[in-house]
Amino acid sequence: MGKTIAAVATPQGEGGIGIVRISGDGAVDVADKVFRSQSGKVLRDAAGYTALFGGVWRDDEKIDEAVALVFRAPKSYTGEDVVELSVHGGSFVVNCVLRAVIDAGACLAGRGEFTERAFRNGKLDLTEAEAVMEIIAADGEQALRASMAAKGGAVSKKCAAVKESLTFAAATVAAFSDFPDEEPEFSGIDRLEEMLVNAEDELDRLCANYDTGRMIRNGINTVIVGPPNAGKSTLMNLLVGCERSIVTPVAGTTRDVIEETVRFDGLTLRLSDTAGLRETEDTVEQIGVKLTRERIESADLIIAVVDGADVDRDETAELLDGIKGRPAVVVLNKSDLNVADKTVAESRGLPCVLMSAKDGTGLLEFKNLIKTVTNTANLTGAEGVYLNERQRDCAVRALKNVREALDALRCGMTVDAVGVCLDDAVSALMELTGERVTVEVANKVFEHFCVGK
Amino acid sequence: MSYFAGNYDVLVIGAGHAGIEAALAAARLGCSTAIFTINMDSVGNMPCNPSIGGTAKGHLVREIDALGGEMGKAADKTTIQNRMLNRGKGPAVHSLRAQIDRRAYSQYMKHTLELCENLHLRQAEITDLFKGDDGWHCVTQLNAEYVAKTVIIATGTYLKGKIYVGEVNYESGPDGTFPSNSLESALLKLELPLRRFKTGTPARVLRSSIDFSQLEVQPGDETVTPFSFSTDPETINNESVCYISYTNDATKEVILRNLHRSPLYGGVIEGVGPRYCPSLEDKIVRFADKKRHQLFIEPCGLDTEEMYLQGMSSSLPEEVQIEFYRTIPGLQNVQVMRNAYAIEYSCIDPLALKVTLEVKGHDELYGAGQFNGSSGYEEAAAQGLIAGINAALKVKGEEPVVLSRSSSYIGTLIDDLCTKGCSDPYRMMTSRSEYRLLLRQDNADERLCELGHRIGLLSENDYEAFLERQRLKIKEVERLENSFMAPSEKLNELLEIRGTVPMKTGVRMSDLIRRPQLSYSDLAEFDKERPELPAEVAEKVEIEIKYSGYIERQAAQVKELVRLENRMLPDGINYDDIKGLRLEAVEKLKKVMPSSIGQASRISGVSPADITVLLIFLDKQDRKGESL
Repeated sequence: MGKTIAAVATPQGEGGIGIVRISGDGAVDVADKVFRSQSGKVLRDAAGYTALFGGVWRDDEKIDEAVALVFRAPKSYTGEDVVELSVHGGSFVVNCVLRAVIDAGACLAGRGEFTERAFRNGKLDLTEAEAVMEIIAADGEQALRASMAAKGGAVSKKCAAVKESLTFAAATVAAFSDFPDEEPEFSGIDRLEEMLVNAEDELDRLCANYDTGRMIRNGINTVIVGPPNAGKSTLMNLLVGCERSIVTPVAGTTRDVIEETVRFDGLTLRLSDTAGLRETEDTVEQIGVKLTRERIESADLIIAVVDGADVDRDETAELLDGIKGRPAVVVLNKSDLNVADKTVAESRGLPCVLMSAKDGTGLLEFKNLIKTVTNTANLTGAEGVYLNERQRDCAVRALKNVREALDALRCGMTVDAVGVCLDDAVSALMELTGERVTVEVANKVFEHFCVGK
Repeated sequence: MSYFAGNYDVLVIGAGHAGIEAALAAARLGCSTAIFTINMDSVGNMPCNPSIGGTAKGHLVREIDALGGEMGKAADKTTIQNRMLNRGKGPAVHSLRAQIDRRAYSQYMKHTLELCENLHLRQAEITDLFKGDDGWHCVTQLNAEYVAKTVIIATGTYLKGKIYVGEVNYESGPDGTFPSNSLESALLKLELPLRRFKTGTPARVLRSSIDFSQLEVQPGDETVTPFSFSTDPETINNESVCYISYTNDATKEVILRNLHRSPLYGGVIEGVGPRYCPSLEDKIVRFADKKRHQLFIEPCGLDTEEMYLQGMSSSLPEEVQIEFYRTIPGLQNVQVMRNAYAIEYSCIDPLALKVTLEVKGHDELYGAGQFNGSSGYEEAAAQGLIAGINAALKVKGEEPVVLSRSSSYIGTLIDDLCTKGCSDPYRMMTSRSEYRLLLRQDNADERLCELGHRIGLLSENDYEAFLERQRLKIKEVERLENSFMAPSEKLNELLEIRGTVPMKTGVRMSDLIRRPQLSYSDLAEFDKERPELPAEVAEKVEIEIKYSGYIERQAAQVKELVRLENRMLPDGINYDDIKGLRLEAVEKLKKVMPSSIGQASRISGVSPADITVLLIFLDKQDRKGESL
């Protein structure tokens, strides 16, 4: 018999309601030890999907009023017997209830154990399980919508469709091989290239969506750069809405990379304010400068802040040349002091906004530019075909294999060689959807779960 | 009352293609062996097509040969036409097939059994089989009682055989032999899960009644490739030809008009027929939109006028058969010598077998061939060989031989049967293997000769010859990887004709061979250092170089598989106790009792989620083991 597990299922912190979830063969017995219903009815006699009102007790002391919701296996989240005890929110009360449940015989759930059980009991497929993880971790509205869509199986469906067509192609190759050449021509093999090209397109699109999906899910990795004292920290503070960076009029006071999260219009920006890109002999600042250059290389979005008065300086040209071709928005700051010429940025193909970080002028236009540059302007996360890292890894492998199959076919290799590449592609996609199990996958997925789900 | 007829290590019931390999393997491994046949003139009979090999089946014969079996040698000796199929589809699916003089083949096999040391060939019907304190007992119809340590059942289509021709049906073995009826009761008493399968064969017709002027001729290949690595190609007879014709609307009309007289469509036959070898009436019903069906007209031997109508099996009444055969061009006046028929027989559900081919719950009892649910001579022989080897190893108290899927088609065949089971007679096909590019017919020796030699079946001579081929191959591949070919006008002319880029500077020879448009032999005249190599070595060299990238890829796939295959499931595992397995999976796992995670993952009804549960279960067990 498996152990019975319990954990707090609602977020830690103050809230209107807190839920302790118990799952396992002994879930109902454990709950009966701590829960006394008003009607006197015990949970053991309650059918699935019924709720009883009463209180949670520890020894002879009532912790709180509670509603007990009973789910009977297999009709529950985990596929096991589940009892959810809803009590008044507040971490103190909820934790008291959890402790009582543990004392009554349940074990504290491990990371992701509820979802792992749901997966193992066949209630969720792998991509759905991953989606649950993302819902819990979702930062921002769009991410939540995308995760919800994934839980509905959108990723599975999309990938399953590609996988099906590749499986069909692989089957065509196999059948072609089985027919002796002396038999009348086997049909279908002439369409192989077409099938592969279609699969290539689909996979290409899935992989390309990955970056957008990642930005929605994890936030847009944003770097603010610019010469010292151009107003980077002021801009950041404007976005964050409170003083976070150290802002002084002395050039070079921001030495560390400071991270902050900003949300607007359902998007999440992960901002790093950086040391100015000035050549410096100050060692501490030098480290900061090096860090800045690295960040520019890996960022999803670069916000270059330049003092509007400095547009003609060599340093400005140098800075803008350095970010040419990268997803960037140039802010010509301090528009309250002087109106600058945008040519310096736009001639380099960089979108540009005149702005005053100090009083907030130009903020709306600035936000719109960010959405355009990051390709997130018209997103409804509900399209739901954004892959996570593990899935992308599989899809990229599948794409590579499909391309190799096409190469083999086009350069005139025999179909058995094409088949080897195709088999690899199918198996990568099966790994993606969880139809093919490798030891690594199972571990990789579940180690990321947080307790309680 | 029975009389005691002798003690043996191994008894083999049936002397068809499975029984022969089983008995020869056991006897050659030093076990005292007896093999029983209902009719001494039917040893190694080919009651259906007079040919051996074909797609995937040719691979099986090569593998049997590499392990030290007999089928390849026998086929080479009695070949009358030799063809390598699918040459244009890549080395993975090159498949050898030979037309065989069926009486000569049968004669060869009978004589081989007679000459084999430790082996007794007996004409007798086994009517009872049971286990006593001193081992397994086989009792003949004439009350001879044989006692043995192990028994191999290879009853083919004889077991409770029943022939159907239209409305007529009667108990019979194939080709007018007696059926084996009483044995079925004995097997049922042992509670073996028996079932009914059926198969069929077309008519044999008189050569002189065929109008060959209306037929396409199909000769053998110009260069002959033997099945056996030990056969000199010069010794193979390749002079016979086959003929091709097609059915037409008139054929279809006759069949559809008489379909109600088919025992199959009339519901008289309960047995399940082979999906990939359907009768003509089956083809016409299932592929209704197909205008015509191809047939091959093949000689049954050198000293007979019987011709076999490949692809035209039927269980319609005899007069209907004659009528529809005569609608086919070339056969308008055909004289049917033996009618087509369907035969229904009893066989075991192979899920009741271990991958060693031993019956679960009945130690020392083995099954092989059609009895295990397969169809085809080659599939039978492959299983017979493994059952014979494993029975002998059991007698000697040694570990059994289990071939992996990645080692061979034999391994794939047995794993499929014992893991997935079969709902119709199982036919080997290249598409059943996920490792086609590794399991080629040209490298069967590289895959299995070591094992054949270690087991003790492959002769020293054959093994030495294998090592020599390896030496030559490795040396030549190395030479081609390390030498360069200089550009020349003549060579560039060839390259342009073949549609590939001409050379400006020297190019590594192996890189030239990797170009799909060029072959190893194309470059012979430009390659002054090239050694004289036997054809089979040259073939290996070319494939190994040309396909190296793809072969390596597949080798990587195997590595992945091996990890799951090596994750062993302990004996006596109680699936009921494993939390999280779905009910269906528990039932399937209990039935198959897989030996590894890899095998478990191939059981239908066991999902990836179930496999994850098993992996987690094993992890926990391991950890428990460590903490003890």
